[in-house]
Amino acid sequence: MSTLGRRHRRDRFMVGAMIVAVVVAIVPLGFILADVVVKGVGQLSASFLTQPEPFVATAAGGGFGAGVRGTIKMVTLGTILAVPIGVMAAVYLSEYDPQGPLAAVVRFFADVMTGVPSIFVGIFVFTAVVLATHSFSSWAGGLSLGILMLPVIVRTSEEALRLVPQELREASLALGVRRWRTIVSVILPTALPGMTTGVLLAIARAAGETAPLLLTAFGNQLIVGWGSWNGPEASLTLEIFTNSRSPFPAQQARAWTGALVLILGIMIISLVARALVARRSRGSR
Amino acid sequence: MTVVSAGRLVSRRPADALFRFATAACASIVLILLAGMLIRTTWAAWPAFSHSGISFVTSNNWNPNLNQFGGLSFIYGTLLTSILALVLAVPISVLIALFLTEIAPARLGTALGYVVDLLAAVPSVVYGLWGVFVLVPFLTNYVWQPLSNHLSFIPFFSPFASGRNFATAGVILALMIIPIISAVSREVFRTVPADERESALALGATRWEMIRLAVLPRSRQGVLAAVILGFGRAVGETIAVAYLIGGVPNKITADLFEQGSSIAANIALQFNEAASLPLFKAALIGLGVVLFAITLLINIGARLIIRRGGRGA
Repeated sequence: MSTLGRRHRRDRFMVGAMIVAVVVAIVPLGFILADVVVKGVGQLSASFLTQPEPFVATAAGGGFGAGVRGTIKMVTLGTILAVPIGVMAAVYLSEYDPQGPLAAVVRFFADVMTGVPSIFVGIFVFTAVVLATHSFSSWAGGLSLGILMLPVIVRTSEEALRLVPQELREASLALGVRRWRTIVSVILPTALPGMTTGVLLAIARAAGETAPLLLTAFGNQLIVGWGSWNGPEASLTLEIFTNSRSPFPAQQARAWTGALVLILGIMIISLVARALVARRSRGSR
Repeated sequence: MTVVSAGRLVSRRPADALFRFATAACASIVLILLAGMLIRTTWAAWPAFSHSGISFVTSNNWNPNLNQFGGLSFIYGTLLTSILALVLAVPISVLIALFLTEIAPARLGTALGYVVDLLAAVPSVVYGLWGVFVLVPFLTNYVWQPLSNHLSFIPFFSPFASGRNFATAGVILALMIIPIISAVSREVFRTVPADERESALALGATRWEMIRLAVLPRSRQGVLAAVILGFGRAVGETIAVAYLIGGVPNKITADLFEQGSSIAANIALQFNEAASLPLFKAALIGLGVVLFAITLLINIGARLIIRRGGRGA
């Protein structure tokens, strides 16, 4: 009887420890989100998204318009670079030679590449582009984000392609449609929602990157034109980083608002991605 | 099977061969990029490597003004904070994963899983910002100061000058790797066959005994891989650590309340100073190569373990 009691006490203790662990992880998340909202919402306005930082950086007002634009530009460039290559690579892995040696090696190193520190990608682009062109640039920033997105897109797109029913491939080929037309007209459209989810997750991750941009886009207090890519440019993350390291309250306040904008943007992208997943799984079953 | 042979037949046509080649070329870009990154950065760092030789990683003497580049303290700071993060994060993450897969009702488990995953969606610059303005004062007043007052006879906990130190960096890293370790562990626990759980429960095991007898023994390898992946992430984290570690080079000490620096943080913090000094710049790039080598080994190790567990693909 006492053994049984001890066993049950031990069981309750361990389950209690598990609940404590969940709380220990969720409470800081709650505080982070709450602090960002409370400290950031005061300055949030439409002009925060479009105005540059004030000329005298320690003055109040102004916004992270430079960073918002820079993040949009560089994430877009990264997406344009990474998506076609990533999707084509995934097509090879899933459609042409899933069991082959090249596929195995690429899969392995794509996984390894997701673990490469983002600052190292920044260092690489710094040596390959910034040193070569003698200038920090939006090009370099976008390229570093594209490199970071590539392995994520390869792996998520391959997963999406694998979920395409085998019957679709067979039906298309049986009708005499060529392999590449089958892929382009039948398989890719079917896998599109899943691939979109992967791309959105990669975009969300890229938008939150700071370290690689520090070494490639460098940052800029001024707003750079949409069409101008050859000079240093800000990102939302870089502006948060530099402003938060200032001792002046006005800059710290802007950093919090920037963090709020960044988190809202990332949450919206992630929610859209989740919604796509939910719709797809409801549609197919 | 039929599709594979059909594919071979059809791929003799030129358009198909071309398309196949294009996809294979794109797949190879991943490999070319990885190799290119290693070669290009090593080349750019070569002046520093040849200047310092092996002392680049064995000497604790980082003094750019005197052209002395011994980066051991950064390697030490990186490993110390990452191991500290593991000590804090591994038990928490495994317990979370067990709760979500084994104890919680399915719906609650899924919902809580989403919430824990959100921790991974917070950008590191936000962790750094929040760390400096909220976590540092909190830890200083309620944890570090009391620990240091009462336990200063233990060498880990001396009196301290600043809330930005190894210990604080370890705490923020722990928060950042909890979602990774717990997500991978969840996947691992899910692969344990239901009948093994049911057999344990049918024999009268409590929930914890079921976990200990049926779930954990089968999951050891997978959880180890999860831990290594989390370690790799912690080792490479830059911005949050740059905010919180203090940024002081040449500190090798077991005292967790000392200010120090890590490889990645030091690159970010000293990058501007090095702009006009070629050798200094090469040395920072060299630190990047060292970091890359460390994370490459860690990640290859983790992936090999995952693969050997038969859960590859």
